[in-house]
Amino acid sequence: MSRADVVQAGAGRRPNPLWTLGLLRSELVTTVRRWRTLALLGVLAAVPVLVGIAVKIETRGGGPAGGGGEGPAFISQITNNGLFLVFTALAATLPFFLPMAVGVVAGDAVAGEAGAGTLRYLLVAPAGRTRLLLTKYATVLAFCLLATLVVAVSALLVGALLFPLGELTTISGTRISFAEGLGRAVLIALVVAASLVGVAALGLFVSTLTNSGIAAMATTVGLLITVQIVDQIPQLHALQPYLFSHYWLSFADLMRDPVYWDDLVRNLGLQGLYAAVFGAAAWARFTAKDINA
Amino acid sequence: MDEPSATQPEPGDTTASVIATRGLTKRYRGGQLAVDGLDLTVPAGSVFGFLGPNGSGKTTTIRMLMGLIEPTAGTARVLGRPMPKAARTVLPQVGALIEGPALYGFLSGRDNLLRYDAADPTADPRTRRVRVAAALDRVGLAAAAGKKAKAYSLGMKQRLGLAAALLQPRRLLVLDEPTNGLDPQGMREIRTLIRELAADGTTVFLSSHLLDEIEQVCTHAAVMAQGRLVTQGAVADLAAGARDRLVVTTPDPAEAARVLKELGVGDVLADGDRVTGEPPVRDLAEVTAALVAAGVRVRGLTVERASLEDAFVALTGEGFDVAG
Repeated sequence: MSRADVVQAGAGRRPNPLWTLGLLRSELVTTVRRWRTLALLGVLAAVPVLVGIAVKIETRGGGPAGGGGEGPAFISQITNNGLFLVFTALAATLPFFLPMAVGVVAGDAVAGEAGAGTLRYLLVAPAGRTRLLLTKYATVLAFCLLATLVVAVSALLVGALLFPLGELTTISGTRISFAEGLGRAVLIALVVAASLVGVAALGLFVSTLTNSGIAAMATTVGLLITVQIVDQIPQLHALQPYLFSHYWLSFADLMRDPVYWDDLVRNLGLQGLYAAVFGAAAWARFTAKDINA
Repeated sequence: MDEPSATQPEPGDTTASVIATRGLTKRYRGGQLAVDGLDLTVPAGSVFGFLGPNGSGKTTTIRMLMGLIEPTAGTARVLGRPMPKAARTVLPQVGALIEGPALYGFLSGRDNLLRYDAADPTADPRTRRVRVAAALDRVGLAAAAGKKAKAYSLGMKQRLGLAAALLQPRRLLVLDEPTNGLDPQGMREIRTLIRELAADGTTVFLSSHLLDEIEQVCTHAAVMAQGRLVTQGAVADLAAGARDRLVVTTPDPAEAARVLKELGVGDVLADGDRVTGEPPVRDLAEVTAALVAAGVRVRGLTVERASLEDAFVALTGEGFDVAG
């Protein structure tokens, strides 16, 4: 009898390659059903509403919003075109609200399950450590996209309700049609979601280090704040090109005509680097870890 | 049922053991030796009781068997294949309840099981709902299936944990303290369930601190103390290690002891109004008659059966609930 026959007879059931997606679906549904996730998405959906209402109230007299050039990018253009609320809302949430939400979900991904003890039952099911970690990362990435879309869609709805829509002026001063503007908004949302890939990998790695979901979330959000501060200190400019947040606001370059790609490409490359480094570190840690919780 | 019988010897393995460890050792960082050179053999088809005081290394052993912890030294084979290397082929055939149930409180009991089943890549999603319903029914949770798990009592959580172990036909069930938190009625139900599963050919590896529970359901047992295996074997053999005792209750212990010695009773001990000795070969009625004829006032005369607890105390020299 060959060894393969032994395995088949012993296993009894052969895994269907497609069945492995069942875990991803379960993970997505479980993540979205958490009250915490819904609260985070609720906060993100509320930001464009607040910005929209504030701009509306401030400009009731007819003057332009953010007169002195203060506030997030594009804010002065919102009164002319509601579509700019999408860009403003993304610019307002990208430095903190969005990565914080991603840090909470990523930090909780493994550590939360370890703390609740459910991790050991997933592993003896057996989910497989690499398969479970990949599923967790895929779910966090899906959350990056979902969170960004929540902000963008909420902003689009509020913008359409409160302000006129129509042709818009790019940063370069050219006019583009509303349809093209909408297309650029979708592109910008995708770039913003991709900008969160690095934080997601970092959070997942932190999550494999501890059995406390709260500790992992706090550490990830703490690192986020630290990186943002370091990015503001001129004396540390040598470090800054390697900080995951350094090129975040480059998404505004998509509103130039023609699009200025350099920083956008640097941003995506940096996110890929973070994903590779911290993804590998998370894998090395998680596959060798003793599960005592 | 197309499952291979658990009593069928594993091909490529000379023994019919479902669990076999050789020199299994776990030393935690910091130097603490949790499990020390464990040679454990669990025969196929047995209900195997795994005994030991708290901190004796039972749970660490179970975690190594399930591939959750890497052994420092030694090997562990489960269903004839090495762990943790063969976890992917072994674990779908193993149902486990480890250190109590762990649940998603914000999901219903049914959704908890659906999630655990989705984690098993060999579990067919087309039969998932049917199998989950069957498992819930089997542990008596069908009526509470739609309730959020955080609203469950400890006993209900324990039942849900058991249901997760029963989502598929299993060749081995590893149950760590399965009756924890259950009322006496619940304990009886679980014992009945274990007997049913064993009758179907499933090997059950049961850790418990309740000795009478082990005595009631187990065919084999192993005893651990301070990370080492003290003994293992058939329960009948282990209990035989502790001898039955003849016990005479009397207000005349000295006279009773003298008469018992004359009758050839060995190892006679007098303690207050209790005189004990090895049970005589002859009829107890003759012993009673001899005592009465010698003028000994007898209040009671009986043979006390040795329990696994006596065997345990004899082996470890300590009470059962003493932390190691």
